[in-house]
Amino acid sequence: MSLKVEFDEPKCVAAGQCVMVAPDLFDQRDEDGVAIVLDDSPSPDQYDEAREAAAVCPAAAIRLVEG
Amino acid sequence: MPGGGDPPGGGVNRIVVVGACAAGLSAAEALRREKFGGKIVLVGEEIDAPYDRPPLSKQILASQWEAERLALRPAEQIAALELDLRLGVRATGLDLASRTVLLGDSSVEYDGLIVATGVRPRRLPGSGAHVLRTLADALALRERLKPGRRLAVVGAGFLGAESASVARQLGCEVTLLEPAPVPLAQAVGVPVGEVLAQVHRDQGVCVRTGVTVTSTSPTGVQLGDGEFVTADEVLVAVGSQPNTGWLEGSGLELDDGLVCDEFSAAAPGVYGAGDVARWHNPLFGVTMRVEHRTNAAEQGMAAARNLLRGSDARPFAPVPYFWSDQYGLKIQAHGYLRGHDAVEIVDGDLESRRFMAAYRTGDRLTGVLSLGMPPKAIRPWRQAVAAGTAWSVSETLTTR
Repeated sequence: MSLKVEFDEPKCVAAGQCVMVAPDLFDQRDEDGVAIVLDDSPSPDQYDEAREAAAVCPAAAIRLVEG
Repeated sequence: MPGGGDPPGGGVNRIVVVGACAAGLSAAEALRREKFGGKIVLVGEEIDAPYDRPPLSKQILASQWEAERLALRPAEQIAALELDLRLGVRATGLDLASRTVLLGDSSVEYDGLIVATGVRPRRLPGSGAHVLRTLADALALRERLKPGRRLAVVGAGFLGAESASVARQLGCEVTLLEPAPVPLAQAVGVPVGEVLAQVHRDQGVCVRTGVTVTSTSPTGVQLGDGEFVTADEVLVAVGSQPNTGWLEGSGLELDDGLVCDEFSAAAPGVYGAGDVARWHNPLFGVTMRVEHRTNAAEQGMAAARNLLRGSDARPFAPVPYFWSDQYGLKIQAHGYLRGHDAVEIVDGDLESRRFMAAYRTGDRLTGVLSLGMPPKAIRPWRQAVAAGTAWSVSETLTTR
């Protein structure tokens, strides 16, 4: 199994919730706070935080595709 | 029950989640992430698949997005949750003794229940007014927002202010009517509220404060002093009421919401989440009901996990967060600002509309709000709020 992070940037509201729960996978742009995906192919030990980030995103902008 | 190698939620085979928006869906997803393998019945009053509400007063009203973009999850992700999804179905009652939710002519039994029925808009006497809560509401209003049309918005809270902002940008003539002397003063304090009101005035909105609207009609609104304000469209945005009517007489405590403890529990096996839940937030030591998007997701998760954890339940002690977009300005706030004793500008300044405001309640830093600032700048302040930092200590964060 693999997990791929898809990010719908125009939906992002710059809340930074993803960065708080998954700092290894997400960051925020300095100027406007829009999220940046640091790693779109998390390792299995990061799956939980990836799922948590997708769940807390208040804009439903993070989508995980399981392969 | 919890412990050893028991499956999560031992003894719980069927969980009913009432409410199929952000909080309810978050709860259902969390149950599956926690490996709950039993049946999940997700009941939603609206016929649409779970969708997101914050864009209703932003991109949807502005016709920047079509309705399809609101879906909280793609259909295949909803399907993967293996829910017994009952949309267009309204919960009408609850029998705690027999653990049964009444659904009009039918009913469903549960071992665990999550109440996430949200809120509905308050209305005013009269007719012809729009409210803005559902997708249908937003589509009906946007249909009417054409250049030159006169829109009266009753209530200058965040929903009213965002709608006024969109309508103005679409070329409507907008009047914003607010009973308080300063819009949003209760929520964000007088200085910040004054800045936001001025932003609207600068954009050509007629902001009238200290006015009471007694009724609406298809041609405008009637003010308490006898004046009639003519408008082509009227939007009433004067707050919401929790959807707890179906719980009346059930034995659950209702008090401006479903009353829950610090674990989000309302009764054994019964949890509340999202806009409808009034729970004790131990981080701030007060009972609160939070109508914010992030809280819906977080509390849905917490309720689901605590339902499965049983005696290992953990307190739900979040730092509430909200954002608002008006005329391209982003407002972000972390914490519990309501009822604050003092507000202080700790970075930037009000005049330039780039600032950060810190809120004190008692001797604690309880909230922080930024306008037009790089969102990352607010993070250390949010952490200080989460840590329950004393106001005197928080001053060391001040950069000005």
